[in-house]
Amino acid sequence: MTETTAPSRPAPRAKRSGRLARRYAAERRFRAYGIAAIALSITFLLLLFGSILNQAWSALQQTRIGLDIHFDAALLDPDGTRDPAILAKADYGALVKKAWRERFPEVRKRRDKRALRRLLSVGAPYELAAMASADPGLIGTTQRVWLTASDDVDMWLKGKLAEGGGKRAKIGAKALGWLTMLRDEGRLERQFNSAFFTAGDSREPELAGVWGAVAGSFFTLVVCLGLAFPFGVMTAVYLQEFAPRNRWTDLIEVNTNNLAAVPSIVFGLLGLAVLLNFAGLPRSAPLVGGIVLALMTLPTIIIAGRAALQAVPPSIREAALGVGASEMQVVLHHVLPLAMPGILTGTILGAARALGETAPLLMIGMVAFIVDIPADFTDPATALPVQIYLWADAPERAFAERTAAAILVLLGFLVCMNLAAVMLRRAFEQRW
Amino acid sequence: MSLPDDTTPPEAANMIVARDVDVHYDDKQALFGVSLDVVGGNVTALIGPSGCGKSTFLRCLNRMNDVIEGCRVSGRIEIEGEDIYDRSLDVVQLRARVGMVFQKPNPFPKSIYDNIAYGPRIHGLAASRGELDEIVERSLVRAGLWDEAKDRLRQPGTSLSGGQQQRLCIARAIAVDPQVVLMDEPCSALDPIATARIEELIDELRQNYTILIVTHSMQQAARVSQRTAFFHLGYLVEVGTTEQIFTNPHDSRTQDYITGRFG
Repeated sequence: MTETTAPSRPAPRAKRSGRLARRYAAERRFRAYGIAAIALSITFLLLLFGSILNQAWSALQQTRIGLDIHFDAALLDPDGTRDPAILAKADYGALVKKAWRERFPEVRKRRDKRALRRLLSVGAPYELAAMASADPGLIGTTQRVWLTASDDVDMWLKGKLAEGGGKRAKIGAKALGWLTMLRDEGRLERQFNSAFFTAGDSREPELAGVWGAVAGSFFTLVVCLGLAFPFGVMTAVYLQEFAPRNRWTDLIEVNTNNLAAVPSIVFGLLGLAVLLNFAGLPRSAPLVGGIVLALMTLPTIIIAGRAALQAVPPSIREAALGVGASEMQVVLHHVLPLAMPGILTGTILGAARALGETAPLLMIGMVAFIVDIPADFTDPATALPVQIYLWADAPERAFAERTAAAILVLLGFLVCMNLAAVMLRRAFEQRW
Repeated sequence: MSLPDDTTPPEAANMIVARDVDVHYDDKQALFGVSLDVVGGNVTALIGPSGCGKSTFLRCLNRMNDVIEGCRVSGRIEIEGEDIYDRSLDVVQLRARVGMVFQKPNPFPKSIYDNIAYGPRIHGLAASRGELDEIVERSLVRAGLWDEAKDRLRQPGTSLSGGQQQRLCIARAIAVDPQVVLMDEPCSALDPIATARIEELIDELRQNYTILIVTHSMQQAARVSQRTAFFHLGYLVEVGTTEQIFTNPHDSRTQDYITGRFG
């Protein structure tokens, strides 16, 4: 600056070019910092995804054991009625026992027999029951049936269980021998783990699935958006377009901004105190979870909505007013449609945050162990992040990979929602 | 503050009568006791240096100042003998009677057709689809845009060139069949050719509408208007026929302004 104010004595040429070189160097450095920052964040992102994927991919497969099951008519359906009620109650465990006996006749000791049966999941008889109910024609025939193996067998086959003897080994030496025999006969296979995507939670890792949590998250999110979107948009429109600027609206604005920064657990406590204890709404229900998350998302939507409304050029308002539109018509016909892409983006980002939220759901009991898949808004349910939290805590080795897989499911949902935000934005922009 | 105006026509012919109009923006006064008569079927040009209040006055006539926070208007403005600041007057109806064209072309981000049909739709001017089509065609024809736009009525209004957009805005304003059209520097964002088209258009529209135009170009005022009002620092200095203002102004400030000594 001194150079320009100095009385018409330009710096010597050499000095000036030195300054120029320094300026360019500073610019290059500045860019390099930016690139380094991006590279660093991408590295961490890849590390994160890499470690999750590495853990999760094996959860897509589940070990099954092929046994020749004889669907004994005398045992399942002695009267030959094929009545579903009778079929459902029959003792399928006996079929499994018989199949084991036929395959390993040399196993006699009671303890060994029990160890043999433990190779299969406790859910195996139920799988047989489902098969028989679905196709009563099976009764009386002998079939090679692939039954879900227990989680320890699964882990062993996936190489995640350290082999070794001793009393504390998950799989004893004898069991190892049987498994090796089964494997050599081609009766041990890793197949697609459909249970993971269709079942609810379970104490047995091989039977546990995320579908219950996905349904719970879905219902919660429907309630959350159903409440937060209309209320948020109406609030934003009123505050931005109609409300007078005075002390009260300033107060409201400050409070909205504050609410957006309140820790989510506080909203959970509010839900516990007001919705459960005072209003008596059901515990662990997506309805309550949705209301709590809606309270949490509301400020985000209001702030995004106001910013989007403010960004609509005033010339459009003037044009509409100029042809005699009322203030409401100006807002509904022109301003709101133009602001919609921005409002939707804000809403979906808010909803994505709500989808990943755990703390407030813990407070209102959505952390419970729930096996049944929720069918509506008042059924006890859990949500995906809570499910991840629960599985991460579980001691069984097989839950580790399922935790990682559930994280992937959650991330998949988030990616879908963000994609939806982008696409909605495009769709609304193209209409204009 | 208006000076005696020896060309003022008989009261009955006055479309707009403004008396002692003061406008305040919060604490700042923008107009001081403006009294102006606007003759129907004429083009009246409002000229004066920037910030002299001519746009403010224009926006009083369709109460566009209402939406500006902190803006207060006092005094009396009548359009065809009706006080437009009367409490019982519906401002939406007023704006249908007094259309406006803005400085920057501001078509709605909708199709050309919808841009023009919007006004008639909200005022219920068309009973059927056919009538609406007719209004759209008539407005575009009057605005001199029909030939260029008839094959692309479904394309967005923003796809037109700047001059075409401004004619679209004029068509949009006259689609609701106003009595008065206010134009706030309608050519300031346009090139000379587009400006010439708009000026021609203004001359044609004079047959059907009373037009007030704010302009910074004195040549434009001289070309399109029959009457000219000169504003300075919030005061209406002088009003008269355009010929008289430009050839024989009474006030020295007018003289100085039109000869380019200030402003």
